[in-house]
Amino acid sequence: MNTFKALVDWLKQAITETEQFHLGFAAESSEFVRFNHAKVRQAGQVQQASLNLKLIEGGRHADLSITLAGEPELDRQRLAAGLQQLRETLPLLPQDPYLLLNHNAWQSQNEQAHPLPDLAQVLEDISQAANGADLVGIYAAGPISRGFASSDGAFGWHQANSFNFDFSLFHANGEAVKASYAGNHWDSAEFARRVQLAREQLEFLGRPLHKLAPGEYRAYLAPAALEEIISLITWGGFSAQSIASKGSSLQKLYAGEQHLSPLVSVDEQISGSLSQAFSSEGYPRSDVTLINAGKADGQLVNSRSAAEYGLSANGAGSDESPSALQMAAGCLAQADILKQLGTGLYISNLWYLNYSDLPAARLTGMTRFATFWVEDGEIKAPVSTMRFDDSVYSLLGSQLEALTAERELLLSASTYGQRNTSSNLLPGALVKRLTLTL
Amino acid sequence: MFDHHATLKKHFGALRTSAEFFSLRYVRESGQYLSVRKNVAEPPSLSQDEGAMLTVRLNGVEAYAATHDISLSGLQAALERAEQQARQIRPHALLDLRDQQVSSDVADYLSPDLSQPFPSLSDCYQLLGDESAAVPKDERLVSWDVSLGLTHVEQIYLNSAGAELRQAQRFVFPGVSVTAYDGNDSQTRTLGGTNFGQQGGFDVISRFGLQGAAPKVADSALQLLLAPNTPTGPRDLLLLPDQMILQIHESIGHPLELDRILGDERNYAGTSFVKAEDFGHLQYGSKLLNVTFDPDIPEQLASYSHDDDGTRASKQFLIRDGLLLKPLGGALSQFRSGMSGVANSRASSWNRAPIDRMANLNIEPGNQSMAQLIGGIEHGILMSTNRSWSIDDARNKFQFGCEWGQLIENGELKGVVKNPNYRAISAQFWGNLSAVGDAGTSRVLGTPNCGKGEPNQVIRVGHASPACVFSNIDVFGGDA
Repeated sequence: MNTFKALVDWLKQAITETEQFHLGFAAESSEFVRFNHAKVRQAGQVQQASLNLKLIEGGRHADLSITLAGEPELDRQRLAAGLQQLRETLPLLPQDPYLLLNHNAWQSQNEQAHPLPDLAQVLEDISQAANGADLVGIYAAGPISRGFASSDGAFGWHQANSFNFDFSLFHANGEAVKASYAGNHWDSAEFARRVQLAREQLEFLGRPLHKLAPGEYRAYLAPAALEEIISLITWGGFSAQSIASKGSSLQKLYAGEQHLSPLVSVDEQISGSLSQAFSSEGYPRSDVTLINAGKADGQLVNSRSAAEYGLSANGAGSDESPSALQMAAGCLAQADILKQLGTGLYISNLWYLNYSDLPAARLTGMTRFATFWVEDGEIKAPVSTMRFDDSVYSLLGSQLEALTAERELLLSASTYGQRNTSSNLLPGALVKRLTLTL
Repeated sequence: MFDHHATLKKHFGALRTSAEFFSLRYVRESGQYLSVRKNVAEPPSLSQDEGAMLTVRLNGVEAYAATHDISLSGLQAALERAEQQARQIRPHALLDLRDQQVSSDVADYLSPDLSQPFPSLSDCYQLLGDESAAVPKDERLVSWDVSLGLTHVEQIYLNSAGAELRQAQRFVFPGVSVTAYDGNDSQTRTLGGTNFGQQGGFDVISRFGLQGAAPKVADSALQLLLAPNTPTGPRDLLLLPDQMILQIHESIGHPLELDRILGDERNYAGTSFVKAEDFGHLQYGSKLLNVTFDPDIPEQLASYSHDDDGTRASKQFLIRDGLLLKPLGGALSQFRSGMSGVANSRASSWNRAPIDRMANLNIEPGNQSMAQLIGGIEHGILMSTNRSWSIDDARNKFQFGCEWGQLIENGELKGVVKNPNYRAISAQFWGNLSAVGDAGTSRVLGTPNCGKGEPNQVIRVGHASPACVFSNIDVFGGDA
């Protein structure tokens, strides 16, 4: 935090009376270890830190991302060069009618410094637990920092140590089960328990494949499978700009022309989540109810959308997508899932979803990892990879029978550019009809 | 250009290590993304990024450390972290690389027209603003956006075997998008964006045809609003190049990546329906199918002289006359598998390690004009511009959707249809390739957004393709 604070202090004295700034900070020191066939395929460390500087003057503004060098004097020089680049850029721009600044000097600080697991211990635990199994996946660990400061005195800091081991076990027949172990305290016994659970599922996958014909089936979507559907929807679905410009898949929900099951309530619950409590544009992030008992409620609104559409900003980021989404639990007990499913599909994961018809919220995707055929409440056989094509208004609307009482916290394993801190807290969903097409 | 080269070379020479082999890959990237949305200039998004990856090989075990600190002490510290990592993973390492050959090549590679100045930021905004203003006034046109992405990348690769490889590239990504809405349905038409990008200068924008594009894109969005849904059932399918690139990418490119076949990607990007023993034997498509890895088309996104492990790149046939010949596997995958491959070991930046990627993956032109392609179809549909893609983790069962559809009956183009989708299985689909367009139907395209790898990486890939016809494919429309 001291590195960031020093740069903020320098910038405060460097700007003129007519200039304002936002300064974001992101850093991580990450250990990445890839596994294939239960051995280390590739390993390395990444140290990176960057600033995002927004300079504002006379209704004009521009953003510049700058990678830091990790050496205070050189970092200050880079920030100074960035400031100069933006000073030369602003006169070339028109005034922005949608510039909306938050002048509050809010303060937010969250630091978690739990010791990280020792890599040698982790490697040993993985080696032992995987003994004889075909394990593939990635272990990512290390501290992550995020910061924000403005010329108006706002200051936010978030730092956390975490690890995420995202892996799968493969059967010799090519079928696989997916699992993960993430958090900030590595417990060898808990990790071994998770691998053992995956091994038990893997045994079912050794049975002969049950081949399904395209058609309509009862199905249970485990939380990780439901997450794939939710993740596609959140790709602009709750975004104020997407809703206004008819790019949201939930536009009919927000127009009141469609509804979901009354069982479905969805919130962006930043408070208490792993994500930072402030946006990159200088707003504290609010908790927002997005869907209430099947009906559209709030939207995710960043400052630009607030200015353009006359809404209140609620701290959404530039892409207006959630990062700590929660779906309300239902009443279906974990122990009753198979019994209530009766005959149909138990789907652990889905994969590669996209839209067949975006305005109609009709989507398609594949089953992947541990999908089983269930008869009379008993798992009978794994199912070959199948494609589905169905509407959100059907799956989470007219055909939704129940949500589970237990929810699962799914931490993002995404590492595009940097390690992601988003999460989803989701139940499983029992649906009366899922349409398989190929 | 390459102004850090002398310093880096000096630092590299001063590094101390007990490794039998080590390398440094330095990347400096600057970016600029401009957009005018509904006649309002969005604030520019600019970036300056640089850092280096040090890779060591100790007793046959490789590890890397990437650092934003490129001072001598920063590089030395990174090298030591990589050494420490290599020692730590040694008891668990999958690979013994003691016998793997390394590059000692020395070369420079520059994008075409790199010395040609690019228009100023205000000139770019003027261009985008003019095009945005050219969108006709129609209350059904609810959203539009004209954009321009520009990225400069310099890379310097040095290794202890004497390799010294420098690349300086400029990438240009123009785009237009218009959404029309009639109170019930919305339809979006795009030009460029995620399916067009090239190396070069302002000439890329000219080749793309940005000036004058927006009114045409808007008109086609309005046409789609009035169009009926795509009918359901089997038809001959004519795919234009801006859908062919997605088709090549998902159902030829990814399945031929050798690291997928070797199992590295099974936890994330997936595996492949292609097996190692299929090369040289599998009839991947009809005899009309010729697929090349081609790093030599100057303007194409992934043209380069060497990949990010230092292997020299050259044009190779991966599929000839429909027969599968070679995988997309770089030097490491070739060493692991004993198979021949191509120079496609690539990293998204300094903070990610090279892995097998697509680069320029192209379909060679055939001999039919567009008129002949259409004229040869009795009951079919033309589809253009990808908007939806979904395929299983073995890259076999797919469903793709396009923005634009037009029915073809008795050799003639007929009415426009909306929401055109099709689904098939890769292993059979390419066997249905029944006609390949000539060079006049071919375009050099590409995407900046190919995701893969653990940790995840997004990389630029190029695809050039003629229009192609596939017989008897299941097509269908949407709900609206």
